[in-house]
Amino acid sequence: MLRKSAFLGAVTAALAVLAAPAHAAWSGLNMPVGVTTLSGEIHGLHMLILWVCVAIAIVVFGWMIYSLVKFRKSQGAVPDTQMLHSTKAEIIWTIIPVAILVAMAVPAASTLIKIEDDRGAQVTIKVTGYQWKWQYEYLDEGFSYFSTLARDSDAARQLDSGVDPKVVPNYLLNVDNALVVPVGRKVRLLLTSQDVIHAWWVPDLAVKKDAIPGVMNQLWFEIQPDKVGVYRGQCAELCGRDHGFMPIVVEAKSAEDYAAWVASKKPAPAAAPAAEAAAPAAAAVTTTPAANAG
Amino acid sequence: MAHAAHADHADHEHHGPPKGFIQRWVMTTNHKDIGTLYMVFAGLMFFIGGAMALVIRAELFQPGLQFVDPQFFNSMTTAHALMMVFGAVMPAWVGVANWMIPLQIGAPDMALPRMNNFSFWILPFAFLLLISTLFVPGGSPAGGWTLYPPLTLQGGDALPMAIFAVHMMGISSIMGAINVIVTLMNMRAPGVTLLRMPLFCWTWLITAYLLILVMPVLAGAVTMLLTDHFFGTTFFSAAGGGDPVLYQHIFWFFGHPEVYILILPAFGVVSEIIPTFSRKPLFGYESMVYATASIGFLSFIVWAHHMFTVGMPLAGQLFFMLTTMMIAVPTGVKVFNWSATMWKGSISFEPPMLFAICFLFLFTIGGFSGLMLAITPADFQYHDTYFVVAHFHYVLVPGAIFAIMAGVYYWLPKWTGHMYNMTLAKWHFWMSTIFVNVLFFPQHFLGLAGMPRRIPDYSTQFAEWNMVSSIGAFGFGVSQLMFPIAIWQCVKGGARAADKVWEGAHGLEWELPSPAPYHTWESPPSMAQIEHGAPAH
Repeated sequence: MLRKSAFLGAVTAALAVLAAPAHAAWSGLNMPVGVTTLSGEIHGLHMLILWVCVAIAIVVFGWMIYSLVKFRKSQGAVPDTQMLHSTKAEIIWTIIPVAILVAMAVPAASTLIKIEDDRGAQVTIKVTGYQWKWQYEYLDEGFSYFSTLARDSDAARQLDSGVDPKVVPNYLLNVDNALVVPVGRKVRLLLTSQDVIHAWWVPDLAVKKDAIPGVMNQLWFEIQPDKVGVYRGQCAELCGRDHGFMPIVVEAKSAEDYAAWVASKKPAPAAAPAAEAAAPAAAAVTTTPAANAG
Repeated sequence: MAHAAHADHADHEHHGPPKGFIQRWVMTTNHKDIGTLYMVFAGLMFFIGGAMALVIRAELFQPGLQFVDPQFFNSMTTAHALMMVFGAVMPAWVGVANWMIPLQIGAPDMALPRMNNFSFWILPFAFLLLISTLFVPGGSPAGGWTLYPPLTLQGGDALPMAIFAVHMMGISSIMGAINVIVTLMNMRAPGVTLLRMPLFCWTWLITAYLLILVMPVLAGAVTMLLTDHFFGTTFFSAAGGGDPVLYQHIFWFFGHPEVYILILPAFGVVSEIIPTFSRKPLFGYESMVYATASIGFLSFIVWAHHMFTVGMPLAGQLFFMLTTMMIAVPTGVKVFNWSATMWKGSISFEPPMLFAICFLFLFTIGGFSGLMLAITPADFQYHDTYFVVAHFHYVLVPGAIFAIMAGVYYWLPKWTGHMYNMTLAKWHFWMSTIFVNVLFFPQHFLGLAGMPRRIPDYSTQFAEWNMVSSIGAFGFGVSQLMFPIAIWQCVKGGARAADKVWEGAHGLEWELPSPAPYHTWESPPSMAQIEHGAPAH
């Protein structure tokens, strides 16, 4: 009785919530597969361990539920008080988990070794975290710029702004100047910070690393050649008041478009902003040159 | 027999608690009074920390900032964690230990009663200091409960206050731990051998060693923060040759054993309750002891799994991944032993058992997500997201806190001499269990979908699950009001509790009258009582 009414109450509440937002895309349930050469493998590892856990849960929870139903006192169950321990059972339920763990550790270690193999980077960009923005320095090309929260998001996110975040495109996940990278190339980021610790994370690129003052960290990714597009992420290490408001936007361009973009950004006198217009307008990201070039 | 033993007491010089509030509660050296004080304090902190959590969930109910400034939001996440870890869960366990350890080993009191009093009475001042930081210029600490530099060093007047509060909590914990170890090592009644101790005593013994080993490490870390801020040292500043990552290593060398400090006593309580309500001795008692000790040992060599993203060498990442995965083995042994205890039992579902069963399922879910987090390449995606928030709340709320509630509902009749309102307790259980899942399960999805933790506002794609989670939070918060009501009613009155409250219970505490008299085991239990009380193994 009690159990039923409580359960029904919760179900009703859950249904009410489910029904409420008509636009709701209840899609974001799982880790994205991502767009880099390694992100699919990392996602596969995540799914593997998830399913292993589900399988173990079915066995263990099944065993518990069976006991809870079968051996109820109210059903006249008589306890077997002589059942104290069993060396055989204890060996079995030590060995089997060890075997499962070894089977998990091998692919995990293999992926980890690939992640840490940062040889042969073709593009190197230095990323510096600030409270609360990112600076991207294209070391080989000799230019840099800052990337901060887009103005419409910034206006909407003020306390009691009166702006409905749902009408702001890519609310809190949009910036003025995106990080632009080529697809099909090994891009290496050198990460550091000027004040406190930040972390650079883009889920679709399956990379996250801390930007630490006085330390130079690095990470790399290679976006698959057919994955031109815009990928969004956020700072993932608490960095103070506006930690939630320093997003990361990565614009992945084809090799030609990237070259054209670099040419347009270079401080060379001939660089014309007109080149910008030729680039595919991939999304709501605008890359305004000059103004913010540091 | 128990009544006869009790009758002797009345003739002695001890006549029960002293009169007068100050004499009874402030100056007390009685383990039962101190245990009560600890638990009342823990309950108070639980509700204050819970109110802070509700501020967080209210702000996260929908996207946009509706209620609080981001800085205050960060203060709330920081203070919520400090209050719950150091103010609610740890003191609650010390309280249960104070009450139960002497009863369970046949000792008249804790070994060091005056230190016991001191270790409790430090706590109200420590938390008064911590809470008062909310009112100083610059606001209360907002750099997260881990107090990472350099961010934490940006704090204002609150910083030294919070550090001193942490020092006081640490001193209190160390004194409490010394007391537990000395009591368990020296005060066991003749015949109560180490391997005859109830598992709650065993898990607390190991917990106490963890406390003594790691609390000084935390004290050292925060002291270095203090000198970095005020005395020009640069332990954690690269500009002066230090390293911010060093702090994280020191902190998590404390921090990982700390999570076992919160959960090992829970293992002990659950190991008492499941046999009682399965009417069957605990399966694999000795392997439970060894598993607990293994978990305690492993907890010292896994700390860097909290910081895989700081940029460690490959060998370091592999080491910490493998050691972390190894913890699954002894933890699995425990879960299997509990399951085997229920197998072929005769199970009934009183409130303590309901909470213990819920612990079994939901703590295991928290263990699974912990195993996922151990996989370093996947952890790069999970780290510092709501997936982590979901993980540690699963092990701490339906894990540690449900075990505390299970323990309270298990021993409350022994403490008060009355039975509590079973219907109310069952309502408390079902509401808590439903809402804790509504609250925390969606956070797995949020984290996997890309929502970082510790943000006051989020992109609209996260709106739906945040709303569900917040509804769960308020439901859970309101449900908890049933807990003090049930306890208060039980203190005030109710059906008389039998000496052996639960039919299937074993242990020396059930050889005593209910309520347990003010002084117990002034003469040690007889061998017959020990044989009768000790579970066969």
